[in-house]
Amino acid sequence: MNPETAAGLYELLEQVTGYIYPNEIEIHWSILIVAYPYLTGLVAGAFILASLVKVFNVKEVQPVYRLSLLTALAFLLVAPMPLLLHLGRPERFYEILLTPNPTSAMAMFGFVYAWYLMGVLLLEIWFEFRRDLVVLAQQARPPLRWLYAALSLFSKDISDGALAFDRKAIRAITVIGIPSAFLLHGYVGFIFGSVKANPWWSSVLMPLVFLMSAIVSGIALVVFLYMVLTALRRQPIDMACLDKVTSYLFYAVIVDFSLEALDFIHRLYESEESVGILAKLITDKLFMSLFVLQILLGMFIPLGILVLAKSSRRFNDDLRKLLYFTAVILIQLGIFATRWNVVIGGQLFSKSFRGLMTYKMEVMGIEGLAVTIVVLVLPFVILAAFVRLLPTQRLAEREAAGAAALSGGSR
Amino acid sequence: MNKRDFLKGAILFFPAGGLLAMARDASGKANGKAYEPASHFYGMGIEIDKCIGCSRCVEACKAENDVPAEPFYFRTWIERYQIRPSGESVVESINVKGRKRDEAADDRDFVRTFFVPKLCNQCAHPPCVQVCPVGATFQTKDGVVLVDKDRCLGCRYCIQACPYGARYLDPRTHTADKCTFCYHRVVKGLQPACVEVCPTGARIFGDLKSRASRLVRFARMNKVHVLKPALNTEPKVYYAQLDGEVR
Repeated sequence: MNPETAAGLYELLEQVTGYIYPNEIEIHWSILIVAYPYLTGLVAGAFILASLVKVFNVKEVQPVYRLSLLTALAFLLVAPMPLLLHLGRPERFYEILLTPNPTSAMAMFGFVYAWYLMGVLLLEIWFEFRRDLVVLAQQARPPLRWLYAALSLFSKDISDGALAFDRKAIRAITVIGIPSAFLLHGYVGFIFGSVKANPWWSSVLMPLVFLMSAIVSGIALVVFLYMVLTALRRQPIDMACLDKVTSYLFYAVIVDFSLEALDFIHRLYESEESVGILAKLITDKLFMSLFVLQILLGMFIPLGILVLAKSSRRFNDDLRKLLYFTAVILIQLGIFATRWNVVIGGQLFSKSFRGLMTYKMEVMGIEGLAVTIVVLVLPFVILAAFVRLLPTQRLAEREAAGAAALSGGSR
Repeated sequence: MNKRDFLKGAILFFPAGGLLAMARDASGKANGKAYEPASHFYGMGIEIDKCIGCSRCVEACKAENDVPAEPFYFRTWIERYQIRPSGESVVESINVKGRKRDEAADDRDFVRTFFVPKLCNQCAHPPCVQVCPVGATFQTKDGVVLVDKDRCLGCRYCIQACPYGARYLDPRTHTADKCTFCYHRVVKGLQPACVEVCPTGARIFGDLKSRASRLVRFARMNKVHVLKPALNTEPKVYYAQLDGEVR
């Protein structure tokens, strides 16, 4: 055995409080596994925001529709990476697709993922961008022209009939897509919620809590990206859109908070065998990440900021933008802390309910901080490429918006 | 070689092959029937009052099964319970060296003290088998839960799902590992290593399908209990004289 690993484990042994089963000293699901539900949550949340436009006809959200879809795709492409890197034998990953165990929640990953990527997201994106791709393929110069033509799958038909079909297809896909997005992230919650051996995870509410926090984080991310993107492009922000989206964000945070509070109160009230060790867990090990980061900084303060921004009419657009921007960053931090508290928190107490372990994060190792940062930054790089290549507004709309901005500027 | 020699050789060769095969079958029969997994169902009994905490079982297990020597990997281990008059228990895993022991504690401070050997419970409803994404962990017909280290992905979901802390990730293969009831010995009619070396007979191994088995006798002579029965994993490691403090 690697002497470094052994030394690390001996060090952890000194930090155990109470009694743990001897095999429990090693924390098996590391910060990479924190990143995984965080990333898929962003995917599901961004997609659900996009569906508001198509299924519920929320016109105000249209300016972020394409951005949401591309965000969902960029993050979905990276989502399996932390899982793959975390495997003890990553070279065997394909077994999960070839010989899945039908009773395993985790075995469904490949199917849920493939369905969501190919059955929903890529399809909707293709139909949404098809017309623009055809137009761009005609306008652009050769290397890019070929790329656009290939991305449009060499379709050329942009007649009204074809575009009407595109719209119909998008609507149909979105209708299927919403339950699929729920499935994608609810399923991640189920992976944790169905582990009956672990009282911190085992909860029927877990998929719902995951889902709501996914919606919260996805919306917050799209708001963040929209604000950054418009600033980079020196375009005006559509305040109607921003106000609307942050309203949804506000409600989502309220529902998310209520669900988590319900879960918490329920555990406390039922006060099962594990309540003592869980109480110790949250006061001794998770105080910072649960009470300070997740609840105070990630929920209460952003909720306060959003209430402030919504309630007072005195705030002008710039101040509201600043408030929203602060809120979405805090929310993002809070949701990451939520994932941390679930994944790492659930492994810091012994299943003998008699002791607590310590997680010491690696920095440079394969399951360490550096790799996790790469995994978390990578989707932004992919998204940047998407946004460079693909118009985030419909081409005709973009010209109209540009004209409006110009006329607005001259006033 | 001419044609004649070749034919002679062929005439001798084929019947000789047949005779060899017959001899092989006959020797198999002499050793008893071939092992038939479906006609067995294994379990273990543990008589807590007989355990003296010598840890020979732990050492034998590590040697027999090539378990890493470091005190973070155990297929079986011994817990020591010391229970105060207030009901509070002080629990320790006696095989984990390196942690400071409370040597100052006076025996008179405790109302009960005892050792509890732990190992994989070889559950009849194993949560580890349920969650394994690729079926690398499986249950044999004779009731033993095994890990195929050539299929295991090292995702560690089984380690999370085991309520008994019986599993670890082998640092050499990066795959999950745990007690096999010494399956390689059992199928040859031998006892698991831990049972064989126990000086007090605290561990009893046997076949639940055989009326003559020592385990069935153990279950007849003792009131038995299993660990964490509320989780409905249906362990096949049965404890006699199990204290309610043991989890």
